[in-house]
Amino acid sequence: MLKVEIVTPERRVLTVEADEVRLPGVEGSFGVRPGHTPLIAALAAGQLTLVQGGNEQRYAVGEGFAEVSEDQVRVLVEEAVRAEELDPARAEKELAERQKKLQSMRPEDPEYEAVRAHVERAAARALVATRRF
Amino acid sequence: MASLRTIRGRIKVVRNSQKITKAMKLVAAAKLRRAQDAVLRARPYAQLLDELLGSLVKARAEAELPPHPLMEVREPKRVEVVLLTSDRGLCGGFNSNVVRRAQRFLVEEGPRFESVQFSTIGRRGRDFARKRGIQTRKDYLGFFGKLRFGMAKEVADDLIAEYQKKELDAVYLLYNQFKSAIAQQITLVQLLPIVASQPPKQAGEKSLVTPEHIYEPSRPRVLEHLLPRQLAVQMWRALLESEASEHGARMTAMDSATKNATEIIGRLSLEYNRARQAAITKELMEIVSGAEALK
Repeated sequence: MLKVEIVTPERRVLTVEADEVRLPGVEGSFGVRPGHTPLIAALAAGQLTLVQGGNEQRYAVGEGFAEVSEDQVRVLVEEAVRAEELDPARAEKELAERQKKLQSMRPEDPEYEAVRAHVERAAARALVATRRF
Repeated sequence: MASLRTIRGRIKVVRNSQKITKAMKLVAAAKLRRAQDAVLRARPYAQLLDELLGSLVKARAEAELPPHPLMEVREPKRVEVVLLTSDRGLCGGFNSNVVRRAQRFLVEEGPRFESVQFSTIGRRGRDFARKRGIQTRKDYLGFFGKLRFGMAKEVADDLIAEYQKKELDAVYLLYNQFKSAIAQQITLVQLLPIVASQPPKQAGEKSLVTPEHIYEPSRPRVLEHLLPRQLAVQMWRALLESEASEHGARMTAMDSATKNATEIIGRLSLEYNRARQAAITKELMEIVSGAEALK
């Protein structure tokens, strides 16, 4: 079993046991199972999946890090919301709004990066909210 | 001597103020508890980030690589100080201490730099700057009472953008560090260039980051991913601590105001009773002497 901890700057979101956890790495998703090598990974905004028995629980997470050692996974992300708590319609609307804002900006704008990060986070939420797997 | 009626009026006024200060004290105490909890909740995240940064920076130094641009020390010519104050007053010396320290910084350290500018968080800091005709680069209002990590990030991202454009060579943060419910300490920390602070290890506590860890995608990429977040987390912690300090300061200030009111009420009551006695005595004397005259 893996001990998984999800922590945001605001609070500890959860501590659970799981068989597997799938994480959104900056260069693509990867899975962690018991016996994984010690690892520190940079995470992009995306979907985190906890596999417990036959059950899967999905979370929309912001950018952050994962640290794996001795069957412990610490996930440090800027936000983490359970799929069930997300409203698909709202998530889609937010994504569209933010994309529109990004398109109105040029890459040289000082706020471009921040807005781009917002879009990615909104995209992660929309993805997790609408997808059913 | 003041008339009985005016003394009675004054007692009433003081008593009303006391009701307010007492209520404010209770509210501040409740909010303080919540703010303290928030400080504690932010700790696990910050600790691991600190540790990660420490080990990455060490590895980089050992590999004799130049420091990351956000950690590179440039000759500080243009400097910014971020003043972290509160939106509301009635919290004792909370804000004036920050402001006084900022003025001292200008006098003592100012001449070393080409220019020193300010940004403020909290309405009180902005008002102070306006009153003295000091230009501020940015003023953030309305953070407190509903602090979110996104606010810390907004401030941090803006500072990083300025720093990368070389508009600023160093950034400091001036805030009230939370010591205890009754003690705050004015603290000046360097935000940029980022300094890796190794948190003091407690005996028996083992390091989370070991040499065996592999980095995905790579060490430099992880560091690059980490630094802006580290700054946001530092800002976040300062915001939380400042909020807790504010409530602590208000609680103390309101407590002593309530005590002062009790004292004043006591003094006024004494004066009132004396005046009443004197009036009664005087009336009696008048009756007695009137009766004497009739004899």
